[in-house]
Amino acid sequence: MSSASRRGVLSGAATLAFSLAAPCVIGQARPQAVIIGGGFGGATCARYLNRLGVAVTLLEPNATYVACPFSNLVIHGSRDLASQQFGYEALKREGIVIVPEMAAGVDADARLVRLASGTTLPYDRLVLSPGIDMRFDALPGYDDAAAQIMPHAWKAGPQTLLLRSQLEAMRDGGVVVMSVPANPYRCPPGPYERASLIAHYLKTHKPKSKLIVLDAKDAFSKQKLFQMAWKELYPGILEWVALGAGGKTTEVSVKDMVVVTEFDRHKADVANIIPPQQAGSIAVAAGVADKSGWCPIDPVTFASKLRPRMHVIGDAAIAGAMPKSAFAANSQAKVCASAVALLLRGETPASPKLLNTCYSIVAPAYGISVADVYHPARGILVDVEGAGGVSTLGASSEVRAREAAYADSWFKTISSEVFG
Amino acid sequence: MTRARATVLAFLFSMGSACAQSPAPPGALSCSGCHGAAGGEIPSLSGLSADEITEAMGAFKSGARPATLMNRLAKGFNETETRAIAQWLASQRSSP
Ligand SMILES: Cc1cc2nc3c(=O)[nH]c(=O)nc-3n(C[C@H](O)[C@H](O)[C@H](O)COP(=O)(O)OP(=O)(O)OC[C@H]3O[C@@H](n4cnc5c(N)ncnc54)[C@H](O)[C@@H]3O)c2cc1C
Repeated sequence: MSSASRRGVLSGAATLAFSLAAPCVIGQARPQAVIIGGGFGGATCARYLNRLGVAVTLLEPNATYVACPFSNLVIHGSRDLASQQFGYEALKREGIVIVPEMAAGVDADARLVRLASGTTLPYDRLVLSPGIDMRFDALPGYDDAAAQIMPHAWKAGPQTLLLRSQLEAMRDGGVVVMSVPANPYRCPPGPYERASLIAHYLKTHKPKSKLIVLDAKDAFSKQKLFQMAWKELYPGILEWVALGAGGKTTEVSVKDMVVVTEFDRHKADVANIIPPQQAGSIAVAAGVADKSGWCPIDPVTFASKLRPRMHVIGDAAIAGAMPKSAFAANSQAKVCASAVALLLRGETPASPKLLNTCYSIVAPAYGISVADVYHPARGILVDVEGAGGVSTLGASSEVRAREAAYADSWFKTISSEVFG
Repeated sequence: MTRARATVLAFLFSMGSACAQSPAPPGALSCSGCHGAAGGEIPSLSGLSADEITEAMGAFKSGARPATLMNRLAKGFNETETRAIAQWLASQRSSP
């Protein structure tokens, strides 16, 4: 339909003050979506919904987003934090309204988001992508104050720099202790990438030092690939203690710099405690989190199973077989945006397929990956049979170098798709 | 919102959507997470025809074309799905 004839059709609605400034924009009458959280999930969803003609308001208290993927290289010392930082100017230029505030609550019946300042924002559909919060009640001795001494560095920013500076200040011959939680948590292979890169830093700069990785699990993502690399690259430096060998952290003491497990007490010069996690606390306040602390969703639309007209994506969601990764959050955000746009028009979205790829850097020019394809089945997201898997065991160093280069390329592309 | 306003809103939005593209086929939205502008280490898809993308995916799937990762992802789609994705990706370029 030409824009002239469309104007003709719409002239009957002349009592409504609207304009057809751009072909896809219909003034005030556009349905309203509010998005909570401007990370990989929320910022992607904002851009896609906006392009689909929905009016988008994005709630994000921070003017600068600090990305976690590749932040382990900041801890390693081979990347600066500035390369992890992104702003929201491009989103603003596209017409997305950004409100620099925390969402404090949601009234599902009135369809209103309440902001920390007390103002309210109406929505036709609400998308929550608040990421994670640390469970500072879950590990005795580990609270917000303890994290200033034993950093988690599981939200990138000051915590990342704190862990980096502690490693730099440590004497040669020191002991670094890492504590890794049980599933589910943000970025399943992330702790093992970090362990690899800390070990690489120690081997290169402080070779008499040791890294002990205390794990609340017996098995983990890309395990064989990591363990083969550790044996080859970091023998005598990196020691991994599985759950079955007493690896589960039961308590920490920042006063004594001790990490306590079921069988042992580990004195640390530097302690990196990755605590148990839950969906960002707004998910609980909005009523979309269940007893597990995470959010059950419909696998086709990412609609909350607990509250109407709300959708949850990214780390906060219970996405079945999909891991809590930036790649997954981005993939889910796009599927969710198209579902929300269709639902606002009264249409029914078709069953989607989603991808994930997580690269890990084990040493400079040494990358490995896990990739998979997912689809809804029996009400959850499951792997598509016969697809996916990890990098080949025993691949050449040339292949490992290529995967490291692809990892770098992935980060550039995704961060520019989301923020650029 | 009154019912009258809701009806008008739905009507206007559906008019607005006349310019919106048809929804992407299953899987297609994920590609842009890795495949971006030309010049990156991961090849860009822009400039490839639907046939070229379909053929490449088939070769990744069978193993005829060596890959670090696309072999694992290509196996997640049957021929019809792959062709739909390829056609959608190729059509993205021609739209404004
Ligand atoms: C060390 C490390 C390495 C990683 N490496 C990778 C990797 O290589 N590849 C990969 O794919 N993933 C990686 N990840 C995982 C990735 O960072 C997360 O999965 C991703 O950030 C999830 O996106 P999200 O949108 O759910 O949450 P986030 O990106 O955390 O965004 C949440 C946003 O919501 C905002 N927010 C929270 N509450 C509110 C509120 N009440 N009101 C308004 N705003 C709010 C926050 O300020 C934040 O900006 C890594 C993570 C870590 C810790």
